[in-house]
Amino acid sequence: MVQVATAISVRNLRKVYAGQPPVVALADASIDIRDNEFFTLLGPSGCGKTTLLRMIAGFEHPTSGTLTMHGENLLKLPPHKRPVNTVFQSYALFPHLSVAQNIGFGLEMLGKPKAEIKKTVAEMMALVKMSEMADRQTGQISGGQQQRVALARALAPKPRVLLLDEPLSALDFKLRKNMQLELKRLQLETGITFVFVTHDQEEALTMSDRIAVMNAGEIRQIGNPRQIYDQPAERFVADFIGDTNFLPADVIATSGDTATVRLSSGREITAKAAQNGAQSGKVTLAVRPEHASIGAPEAGLLSGTLAEVVYFGTDTHYHVTLEDGIAFVVRQQNRPDATAHFTTGDRVGVDFAPGIGQVLRD
Amino acid sequence: MADLASVADKQASRRRWLLLAPALVILLFAAAGPLLITVVYSFLTAGDYGGVEWQGSFQAWFNVFMQRDIFDDTLGFSDAHLSIFWRSVKLSLMTTLLCLFFGFPTAYFIATRPRKQRDLWMLLVIIPFWTNLLIRTFAVVELIRAEGTVNTLLVWTGIIDEPIQMLFTEFSILLGMVYVYLPLMVLPLYASMERLDFSLVEAGYDLYATRLQVLRRVILPLVKPGVIAGSILVFVPSLGAYVTPRVMGGGNQLMIGNLIELQFGQGRNWPLGAALSITLLAIVMVALMTYVRVAGNEEPHRV
Repeated sequence: MVQVATAISVRNLRKVYAGQPPVVALADASIDIRDNEFFTLLGPSGCGKTTLLRMIAGFEHPTSGTLTMHGENLLKLPPHKRPVNTVFQSYALFPHLSVAQNIGFGLEMLGKPKAEIKKTVAEMMALVKMSEMADRQTGQISGGQQQRVALARALAPKPRVLLLDEPLSALDFKLRKNMQLELKRLQLETGITFVFVTHDQEEALTMSDRIAVMNAGEIRQIGNPRQIYDQPAERFVADFIGDTNFLPADVIATSGDTATVRLSSGREITAKAAQNGAQSGKVTLAVRPEHASIGAPEAGLLSGTLAEVVYFGTDTHYHVTLEDGIAFVVRQQNRPDATAHFTTGDRVGVDFAPGIGQVLRD
Repeated sequence: MADLASVADKQASRRRWLLLAPALVILLFAAAGPLLITVVYSFLTAGDYGGVEWQGSFQAWFNVFMQRDIFDDTLGFSDAHLSIFWRSVKLSLMTTLLCLFFGFPTAYFIATRPRKQRDLWMLLVIIPFWTNLLIRTFAVVELIRAEGTVNTLLVWTGIIDEPIQMLFTEFSILLGMVYVYLPLMVLPLYASMERLDFSLVEAGYDLYATRLQVLRRVILPLVKPGVIAGSILVFVPSLGAYVTPRVMGGGNQLMIGNLIELQFGQGRNWPLGAALSITLLAIVMVALMTYVRVAGNEEPHRV
């Protein structure tokens, strides 16, 4: 494996806000963000992801812990001396300056010569496709365009790390989709490390090289999108990212990465073992709806009654109430050659392949 | 049908005028009327025991700027008046600058407090404003007079041997006016700072601006409307101040306001007082137009 340099190293970073009772915004977080990667902090609001980002930017100070960038202690530096730039959630464009003046602001503060500023600003405006808007006031351009200017402004000083605080949340769906691809393109073109904060799991999955899933001030799992989705470490992660069915099960044997579990129906099947090592006894098995299939009652691992059928165009969601009362959703793609049709109230069987379920750590 | 419509239109317009009437009455009788009377008086002859004689004259306007020497009857500029004008403008400008100097950090401090605390801090700024002007001015007198708190303390601690003469100087007038008008600066400044999006300040720091650069390049341009409003609110009443220079200046450091009062009182020269009043108005207008033009022209500003 290639040794990748670490851009930002977060060690046991902790932030407690005084109060009655004190609020722990960040509980001993540790992450290594690599050079040139698109790293996403993902979690529900109040999970500490923005606090962590603001600490890297220098707007907040940790209660304890260390924060280094390429080996240099960041905590000693005030925000204006840190080689990082931020794209703010509200964009925070200077309303008294034009588009070009906004983009050139950082370079001007760094004392770059006028000619160089002009050249870089032109480059940046071309990069975000805003060249025609140079002299506009920021109040005269659309939300998507403001977003691009905010990006160009943060990229212009060529920071080593770009911090993005939910920059797409104010955009409408279609624009957001476009900007997601645009951001990814910019990251690849500039080679700058992106640290991206979002609560949108889909956004995180499509854009990121790696994701840290956070909840209640703690980092719950770090991995690439595929790992996070296919091998969620725990119930929170499985629940937060995509849809998941949770089944009670007993582990009867574990060998390496594979565990054999017995389901409530008494049937046995292999699954991915929990990530914190060997486990036995009662566990929760996570199965994605699209990994399961629906069929005749006797054909499946589990059986139950079809409670609801929801048609989505591309696919259909079958809500099954299993024999032990647990709700289970099966998502099946709609194909023109589909033969079997199920209706509400039918007795059905639910099946999934060996090795596809994930045993969650407790 | 067209007739009906035009009748309805007329009625609507009549009702509009009726609703506007209170405002028009006030403008006519409280603003335009007295001003007109003042202008007319300035072109009349002074009565022997105050009041005016209805006889046209430019004497008052002549006396605003010029004077005839009582001994050799030569014509010269009225040094006394001109020095009073100059003192008034100078002290008002200094008052405005000092109020800005003290008011800006005060307003910034309050605007950056947690929301719940801000009202309390504003209350502390406003409370003196609710107190009678004369009382407040005498309180400052009490502080700085020869046997006042400050001098007593300084002598007692041995920093000075004899009390410093602070009262009845231009310094004491300045001190009094800054103290009295400071809330007028803080209020509009605070109003514009409270609306300031502080993520812009963070964006400034993020883009490598030092504290001073953030202040100069981000905060100042954005709170400029507050600075302009506060400066006008302080400068205009300072220029016409009467009570503060009277009490703190002790009658030998006159400002325009005192000069005008003198003409309508002991001087018994109403036309001159009226002419001086119009002069004051002219100075204010010229100063404001210059100021707004200079302050408003720097950069195009989004509202």
